[in-house]
Amino acid sequence: MSVVATKQEVVDKYLRLYKNNIDEINTYGADFLNNKRQEAFDEFKEKGFPHKKNERYKYTFLQPFFEYDYKSNFSPNTYQVNLDEIFKCDIPELDTYTVLTLNGNYYTRNNPAESLPKNVVVTSMQEASQKYPELLKKHFDKYAQKHEEGLVAFNTMFSQDGIFVHVPKNVVLDKPLQIINVALSERDLLINHRNLIVMDENSQANIVVCDHTLCFRRYLTNSVTEFYLGDNANLEYNKIQNENNESIQIGHTYVHQEQNSYSRFNTITLHGGLVRNNLNIRLLGENAESQAQGLFLTDRKQHVDNYTNIEHVKPHCQSTQLYKGILDDQATGAFNGKIHVYPDAQKTVAYQTNNNIQLTDDAKMHSKPTLEIYADDVKCSHGATSGQLDEKAMFYLRSRGIKYEEARFLLLYAFADEIISKISVEPLQMRIHELVDRRLRGELSRCHNCQITCD
Amino acid sequence: MLKIKELYVTINDQEILKGINLEVNPGELHAIMGPNGSGKSTLASVLAGREEVNVTSGSIEYNGEDLLEMDPEERAHKGVFLGFQYPVEIPGVSMVNFMKTAVNEQRKQRGMEELSASDFLKLMREKSEFVGLKNNLTNRAVNEGFSGGEKKRNEIFQMAMLDPALSILDETDSGLDIDALKAVANGVNKLKRKDNATVVITHYQRLLDYIIPDFVHVLYKGKIVKSSDKSLALELEEKGYDWLEKEVEV
Ligand SMILES: Nc1ncnc2c1ncn2[C@@H]1O[C@H](COP(=O)(O)OP(=O)(O)O)[C@@H](O)[C@H]1O
Ligand SMILES: [Mg+2]
Repeated sequence: MSVVATKQEVVDKYLRLYKNNIDEINTYGADFLNNKRQEAFDEFKEKGFPHKKNERYKYTFLQPFFEYDYKSNFSPNTYQVNLDEIFKCDIPELDTYTVLTLNGNYYTRNNPAESLPKNVVVTSMQEASQKYPELLKKHFDKYAQKHEEGLVAFNTMFSQDGIFVHVPKNVVLDKPLQIINVALSERDLLINHRNLIVMDENSQANIVVCDHTLCFRRYLTNSVTEFYLGDNANLEYNKIQNENNESIQIGHTYVHQEQNSYSRFNTITLHGGLVRNNLNIRLLGENAESQAQGLFLTDRKQHVDNYTNIEHVKPHCQSTQLYKGILDDQATGAFNGKIHVYPDAQKTVAYQTNNNIQLTDDAKMHSKPTLEIYADDVKCSHGATSGQLDEKAMFYLRSRGIKYEEARFLLLYAFADEIISKISVEPLQMRIHELVDRRLRGELSRCHNCQITCD
Repeated sequence: MLKIKELYVTINDQEILKGINLEVNPGELHAIMGPNGSGKSTLASVLAGREEVNVTSGSIEYNGEDLLEMDPEERAHKGVFLGFQYPVEIPGVSMVNFMKTAVNEQRKQRGMEELSASDFLKLMREKSEFVGLKNNLTNRAVNEGFSGGEKKRNEIFQMAMLDPALSILDETDSGLDIDALKAVANGVNKLKRKDNATVVITHYQRLLDYIIPDFVHVLYKGKIVKSSDKSLALELEEKGYDWLEKEVEV
């Protein structure tokens, strides 16, 4: 028999976990994280998990997922696996700088430094704490809105490592950087990791992040990633989520953009049990631009919730959001998107669109756009649609001899393609096309090598 | 080829067709005329297999088979083609992909081999030139951003690609300028053979200046109230549809 825990009990459980393990956490933790833990502990103690009445979490109540007893592992050295042997991304012609993380820790055999362009840094937060204290001092924990998000404090309490990237002024990363986050454990596991991406003035990069689970275990991942984009920096960030149906993925992304900077975030959720993506973008310099796109394909009892908060702080900035979802079976989804225009931000252009297709009557989609506009000379719009497949289009296709199944596929594929085509890394785009193709045809859509390797 | 007998049809429980009888034989060209709202598109929809349309009684025989038993795609495989009054825009589905899927599915059903990519593109080019559909349109998504005239030409283009046995063209002439109208009529005339049949639905007479029908039927309030040769079209032009009202009540 299960007893529903009260909010306080669940919080206490993690406060105890922290206290009982603090020495080990600090021993293997990055210094900059260690320095913030006590403060984070106090913050989390006060805030706890997002409340049921929290508008930002209206459609996803996370607390029950934390009631579950996960294993936590705070001494990374105990992992004795050779990831290179069991895991290799097999996308042909995908030529990238590749790094792996294993259960949130930077994988020790990574060695991208040899081939990276001069002065570009891709390393662990642990190493960055030692080698680049000036950069961390300037950027670390500066963008995450920890006072508004108990889960960011939670992340800071427990995170020991993550990825640090620095692209210096005027440097263009000639190939995409691929970060593969692997969850691999025989036991259900709680994973926290903390990442920082610093892109100086006039730099350019394309980052591909793949989230994978290699065993059919329940993993709860709670990650925080902070971005700094200096003047005229240009970033494309493609996040591909492909985890098992038991896994819980909570991601907090915070982006700080200076003037003339450009960011494009593509979030593709192919698989996952429960996924919550928070994307917070602050346009803090004139003429900064943000494009945020998301696509999810869900079935069975999966749940995907995309939350966005685009803040136009300065004038003459542009943002476009386009989020789409396809829901089958009893899947549920949410889009909770906010445009916030500050009083100073005249001449803002901000668009938001959310379109969903529900393939069954049981699938449920919640769409909640929020516009907070405090400037008067702006162009803002939002629109949301949710519904079945377009009957008229179905009939048109079938009347030309295209079979029902194929017509359905063509329409769903076209629906998804609007997002997928925004991935500029071509081999990756092709692979996502393939995966979506197979997914829509009712086949399993794991990336070839990213499959279950535990028995 | 097509035998419609005592066909009664409802949409949302409202009776739209009230006892239609019509026979179409190979080599024939029929025109169905009638004022707006008389049920012409409903008749076309029944023939193509639209689901919202309910047949409450009557029958439709197509080459000896029960047409009403077939799915829309099966009807297409067997040679039925509907030129839509309002062609549907399908963003994200390219014309090429759409037509390739349709042509090859039809060939498969007929036990023929799929066309090679190059043969298919040759066919596309040939048929789009035939109806004067600009090349850049076949590179776009289905009907997306097409003008009214381009959409109608696109219907004739698809007809040419699929080479149907029975074509039902629902107001393919409406909203066209004279050049586009001629192009559509020209397409219909050139595709006409001894072994196929065409039913053109229109409520204007001007199309019939370019297409000479063998039979003209007037559909009025869900019934075919008059059938005759092409002279009926001229009579309608002279007297207008108001004249019908009196005729029918008599
Ligand atoms: N989907 C529908 N729902 C309800 N009524 C419809 C629908 N489609 C057509 N009708 C009605 O059926 C009648 C015939 O329409 P239609 O077949 O389109 O006529 P026509 O093509 O001759 O102009 C009209 O009264 C129209 O309002
Ligand atoms: Mg009509």
